[in-house]
Amino acid sequence: MGKAFHRPEALADVVTHYCPGCTHGVAHRLVAEVIDELGIRGRTVGIAPVGCAVLCYNYFTFDFQEAAHGRAPAMATGIKRVRPDLVVFTYQGDGDLASIGMSEIIHSANRGEKFTTIFINNAVYGMTGGQMAPTTMPDQRTTTSPFGRKVLETGMPVKMAELLSALETPAYIVREALTKPKYINRAKKAIHKAFSYQLNKTCFSLVELISTCPTNWGMTPGDALKWAEEKMIPYYPLGEYKTPEAGRLNPAAGRKHAE
Amino acid sequence: MGKVLMKGNEAIGEAAIRAGCLNYFAYPITPQSEVAEYLSKRLPEVGGVFLQGESEVAVSYMIFGASACGARVFTTSSSPGISLMSEGISYITAAQCPAVFINIMRGGPGLGGILPSQADYFQSVKGGGHGDYRLLVMAPASVQEAVEMTMTAFPLAEKYRNPVMILGDGLIGQMMEPVEFPDHLKSEPSNKDGWATNGMDTRRSSTRNLVRTLYLVPEELNAHNLKLKAKYDRMIREEIRWETYNLDGDYRMLIVSYGTMSRVCRTVIDNFKAKGIEIGMVRPKTLFPFPKQAIYDAAAKASCRAAISVEMSMGQMVEDVELSVKGLKPVHWYGKCGGDVPTPEEVMEEVSKLMAS
Repeated sequence: MGKAFHRPEALADVVTHYCPGCTHGVAHRLVAEVIDELGIRGRTVGIAPVGCAVLCYNYFTFDFQEAAHGRAPAMATGIKRVRPDLVVFTYQGDGDLASIGMSEIIHSANRGEKFTTIFINNAVYGMTGGQMAPTTMPDQRTTTSPFGRKVLETGMPVKMAELLSALETPAYIVREALTKPKYINRAKKAIHKAFSYQLNKTCFSLVELISTCPTNWGMTPGDALKWAEEKMIPYYPLGEYKTPEAGRLNPAAGRKHAE
Repeated sequence: MGKVLMKGNEAIGEAAIRAGCLNYFAYPITPQSEVAEYLSKRLPEVGGVFLQGESEVAVSYMIFGASACGARVFTTSSSPGISLMSEGISYITAAQCPAVFINIMRGGPGLGGILPSQADYFQSVKGGGHGDYRLLVMAPASVQEAVEMTMTAFPLAEKYRNPVMILGDGLIGQMMEPVEFPDHLKSEPSNKDGWATNGMDTRRSSTRNLVRTLYLVPEELNAHNLKLKAKYDRMIREEIRWETYNLDGDYRMLIVSYGTMSRVCRTVIDNFKAKGIEIGMVRPKTLFPFPKQAIYDAAAKASCRAAISVEMSMGQMVEDVELSVKGLKPVHWYGKCGGDVPTPEEVMEEVSKLMAS
């Protein structure tokens, strides 16, 4: 019997700098598996954000650009407009995408740019040391909300999948989670679908992934997974929010995927 | 092709196409929006890419992304827009990507005004964005020169893998003059397979390319900055351009002036000559690298009693003129920065006062 579990060719054989229990590694692997399955490594360009994943190019084996904070969608736009034959994805965290890069992601989505965004939502700034993000949960303690996020002062957490799916331009917008195998399998399918829409030049695609940050949450990896499922997923419902075929969907109402 | 009468902004757009650049990203801003308007019609005709971005910030990164994947690309803007692009410009220089930025300057600071100005000298020549970087900055004094500088900017940007900036005042963009597009200035984009993230298949390579600006190890960052500095030093050795006017005789004053302002100063010099008074001028065509030696040599002439920097700013280039003259002669400044270009009479009055003192 042969070896059944391989490291994807698109994934480098190195040790990452991520903390124990961090789900970036899972997300990286899913992206790499999809790139292998679609056979697109030789024409893919990834764009790294500013945040923990700034060094993610060290873990992939294809061309990469490193963006300024929040600007990855603008760079992806530049590439896709001049080289539509390349496969382009941005890999961004919630501080990068939902705070400083809000303008770039909204306008890229609205123009229907034919690239894919992998959006890691772990409700906190990671690399800079656990500060409050737009996605931080109410009463969640961070280094800049030491008494918990006060929504009267800082508003409610931003729901990016919902916000982007409100645009009229056709798109593929989905939210999944990396907290257990069932969700991870669904996340893989979503990433595969997102890249496929890009390959068919159909639409912009964004896969939001509910992730954990045990270090900055001050939890064990196990507790962090539990917290993400108990606190985040009820607020950030999983499922497809928009497909180019079905238009807007409402996973919160129970219909999680397009028929 | 013969001469055609064109507005500066439209001529700049056409010059980029004639130079071999078919990719343009921009955000509208007065007084250069005609470039985008012209190219939104013209680029589709030649199979090029035109995109109006959502902000100058985004545009600077569209330029970065496109350049980093190997495309020849440019943008145009005006002062406040260049402020917003300066973040991207810093990253593009750090990542060593070629690109052309054209600034048709308006008055500042803040919203300032929409009329011609030269108040972005410091921004262009000394920085603008963060970190140790330089742009190769060229300053046209006519629509024809704006065309030629735009066309030469692309191969220069590729030679140095660094952005080139064309710094024109609002008049260069707004006035109409006869222009021609010299065929010999058309160039083929250089091969960028050695570094560009253009897809491994594109360059039939098994190793990937990486465009980045993060160097967390101090020794690596210092080495990176030394590498950049070596390029800027090479620009100083190879790219300084300037023009002189009336430096043959025994001139009593040396004017240093660039762009539209230098054309007013030519009239000033002609008017003085008619009165039997000799004034000389050095006009920098590159602002970085700056023609320091030419200015020093001109100021050193025994007949020359002082130098004056005449600019549409509150005194920016004058600092580089002082550095160039090295204390050999007094250096003065005259300028206005409200949007109205100083008249020959106003400049003559100032120069006459200095000569009398």
